[in-house]
Amino acid sequence: MSAVLFFLAAGGAISGAVGVVVLRNPFYSVLALVGHLASLAVLFLLLRAEFVAAVQVVVYAGAVMVLYVFVVAYVGGEGDTIGERLRGAGEQGSVGSGLRLGGALLIGGLLVELLIALLGTGLEAVGGHGAGYSPGPEAFGTPAYIGKLLLTRFLLAFEIASFLLLIAAVGAVVLARRRRGLDDDEDRELLIPIELLRAREIGTMAEGVGRVLRAGEGRRDAAHQSRQGSGDAGSGYSGS
Amino acid sequence: MSIAWYLAVSAIVFSLGTLGVITRRNPLVVLLCLELMLNGGNLALIAFARMWGNGDGQILALVVMTVAACEVCIGLGMIVAIYRRRLPIDVDELRELQG
Repeated sequence: MSAVLFFLAAGGAISGAVGVVVLRNPFYSVLALVGHLASLAVLFLLLRAEFVAAVQVVVYAGAVMVLYVFVVAYVGGEGDTIGERLRGAGEQGSVGSGLRLGGALLIGGLLVELLIALLGTGLEAVGGHGAGYSPGPEAFGTPAYIGKLLLTRFLLAFEIASFLLLIAAVGAVVLARRRRGLDDDEDRELLIPIELLRAREIGTMAEGVGRVLRAGEGRRDAAHQSRQGSGDAGSGYSGS
Repeated sequence: MSIAWYLAVSAIVFSLGTLGVITRRNPLVVLLCLELMLNGGNLALIAFARMWGNGDGQILALVVMTVAACEVCIGLGMIVAIYRRRLPIDVDELRELQG
């Protein structure tokens, strides 16, 4: 039973990986990666890593892949198949054949080296079925076991990982926000004639709290207030 | 199944990911192939954790997942920034740092 499940999941994982590398459309590559991740979760379950398998499905195949799908839909980006790339796509024929040979050689060498390193070790346990396992509420790999390890022995790693996530979130916001000067035609501030006539507070929060100034005097006052950094005047359409 | 089978699968997945990283041109697909490499590593870690019967490898796999999520976050942010500047989304074209 576990052998059948292993071969199904391993076949799914490897074919998903092949699909990611080979498929032309990036969207299909993302879908192939989702299949690959689900198959890997089955392999994790077979290795008694229940919590990691659940995290794999929820975080990886769920959240991260949704992020990928959004960016692929936003950016689009025409794909290039690996065959085209290796064939050189027209003018660079010699480069293409060199790349094909080099890529095949490199990958073959890497695979052989990895297999030798992983399977040719002197460790006899590699050929075994793993350490003894007895099911229970706090057995190996259950959430209770992982949680206890994370909050005692690996507390520092846990904190560093959370801090790393914070840094990544801030970095992504900084990277992907709109900047002036970079997007020159997208969000240039247009001068609309009606803006010169209406008071600065119309249509902002300041109107709601009854602080509408007149059109003439309001402009300078509102600018003065917003320069003082007061949020209550609701500095209106301040650009950017 | 013995642990060696899982290790073989992880080696194959890692090699396929490397092939994708060095041959594909779309940075999105390069990021996907990086995920493949990280997942190959994760599978090996969990197989070794099962072999020894302690949880250190599983904790390390969780940390690798965190790092992968951060990498995706930053990488996709960079791709969106590149797209906003109307630059070509192609790792062969984006080589200004090469000189």
